[in-house]
Amino acid sequence: MSSTEGYTGGPEDEAESSRAPHRVIGTPPPAEERTLLGTVQTDTPPVPPRELPADPDDPAGAKRAERIVAALFILSTLAGIGFIAAYIGLPVGAEDAVLRSNLALGISMAVVFLALGTGAVIWVRRLMPDVELTEARKPLASAEPDRKAFAETFREGAEASQFVKRPILRRTLIAATLPLLVAPIVLLRDLGPLPGTKLRYTVWRKGLRLVISDTGRPIKPADFDSPGGMITVIPEGFQANDDALVKATVIIIKLEPGELKYPTNLNWTVDNIVAYSKICTHVGCPVALYEQTTHHILCPCHQSTFDATRGATVLFGPANRPLPQLPMGVNSEGYLVALSDFKVPVGPAFWERG
Amino acid sequence: MVLLGLIAVGVVYAAFTNQGSPASASAPAASQRETSLGRQLFVQNCSSCHGYMAQGTKTGPSLIGVGAAAVDFQVSTGRMPLKEIEAEASRKPPVLTPEQTHEIAAYIASLGGGPAVPDAEQVSTQGADTGLGQELFSTNCAQCHNFVGAGGALTDGKYAPALTQSTPTQIYEAMLTGPEAMPVFNDSTITPSEKRDIIAYVTKTRSSPNPGGFSLGRIGPVTEGLVGWIGGIGALVLLAIWITVKRRVHE
Repeated sequence: MSSTEGYTGGPEDEAESSRAPHRVIGTPPPAEERTLLGTVQTDTPPVPPRELPADPDDPAGAKRAERIVAALFILSTLAGIGFIAAYIGLPVGAEDAVLRSNLALGISMAVVFLALGTGAVIWVRRLMPDVELTEARKPLASAEPDRKAFAETFREGAEASQFVKRPILRRTLIAATLPLLVAPIVLLRDLGPLPGTKLRYTVWRKGLRLVISDTGRPIKPADFDSPGGMITVIPEGFQANDDALVKATVIIIKLEPGELKYPTNLNWTVDNIVAYSKICTHVGCPVALYEQTTHHILCPCHQSTFDATRGATVLFGPANRPLPQLPMGVNSEGYLVALSDFKVPVGPAFWERG
Repeated sequence: MVLLGLIAVGVVYAAFTNQGSPASASAPAASQRETSLGRQLFVQNCSSCHGYMAQGTKTGPSLIGVGAAAVDFQVSTGRMPLKEIEAEASRKPPVLTPEQTHEIAAYIASLGGGPAVPDAEQVSTQGADTGLGQELFSTNCAQCHNFVGAGGALTDGKYAPALTQSTPTQIYEAMLTGPEAMPVFNDSTITPSEKRDIIAYVTKTRSSPNPGGFSLGRIGPVTEGLVGWIGGIGALVLLAIWITVKRRVHE
């Protein structure tokens, strides 16, 4: 078994391919091949001396290319100086100044590398000789005597350490590694703690007023009396509590009399105002794309479509549960309040939801 | 037709809502002359769909009670008079002059009240709170109109239009009357001063700088990614081909 075997062809061209890799289509014939390094294989014929032409075949073109490359390198030099100048010279006090400074630094640095790289490529393509070179690959394995010597050293070392002879040392050493193996599994505990019942409940509770998101105004049904109206509301007192709002944000929609139908819970509506969770039951995006003509509530993420008149049942899309309806009523002062928390968990499904 | 009917219903109710609100309270009393000129223009331009008495027909909703604001929005954005019934009436150069629009609005307002066209002071962004406007816009408008008002798709060919050409007055009227599929944001859920904040934010986004020099439609990472991948990777591929291509051999 030798690692050169992989490069040999079938038996019909064994003679040729046993020492040279297959020629790739499009490369020059083997007669033109050169090699960078000598090969260790003893059966290879002597390598012809390197014959890279020192002079280009088109001196006038080469002269032109030289000038272009030199110009690019000078451009690169100037841009590099410009970079340093921009760094030192441009102020970074104000926001606009920072933007200008970044622009100047970025452009000058880009020109430095672009001109340098372009110059190098033109140098290679237009000035250096176009000769294909092939380097034979050597087997990766060490020589057989080296491998034997290593095996011998290893055996000697094992015996000298008395690893086999002294089982108590061997076993305690193995025991010492076991906690290290278990430790990563224990560290997975930091993925927790388990959510418990947190995902089942929101901060809504009986009597908590619905207030308009961002402005915090409580709402009376008489204020929200335009059919086709929709507004995002949050529980009063939780305006700055993002952990609470991520589950408790609600949209209320005002509909025409008679438009709300089963399975909407009409006991939880006030004057044809209905409140649904704003958290999509698919993956939790805010669903507030409400079309007042069709009463569809759309999720902007994956186009889940809910019917606002029928308890936000799913009409289309990847969501498979309706948006939970918030039990809503009015308090003694006439403001919209929650009658309780949601009766079903809001938002996307989760492992323990059942 | 159902769509238009529903629009009408929404608009009519929007109008009822705003009785007594500042917008309608400040409605200027239209002169008799304006109303009669408006009546003439209405018969010429609108009555074929909306009915001779603006009572509505099978092709167009009743306009009684929609208010001057709805008329001004629809006519000044060129949506009305409608050329053909489509999923969404699109913004066009207005057919009627501002004076004619004002006269029709006065006539429609005389039929049944409704929200009035906001005056210049109501839509002025002088001293408005652009930050609060952004919060309100993100919560209530961005789902459909995109976070900088670039617009977006709805269902069945409907779409939320871009807000790039809307005047402050038109933005105000749209919130007040809820044209087509748009929900109504009446003055008690979003107060007139908050409406000004939203207008201030929408107009402010138009003058915000575009890093790199191109807005790319401002519809978020989709176009930016497309340009980055196709433009950037394409350029790199072309460069790689140029670096490795074999030089033509001179005979």
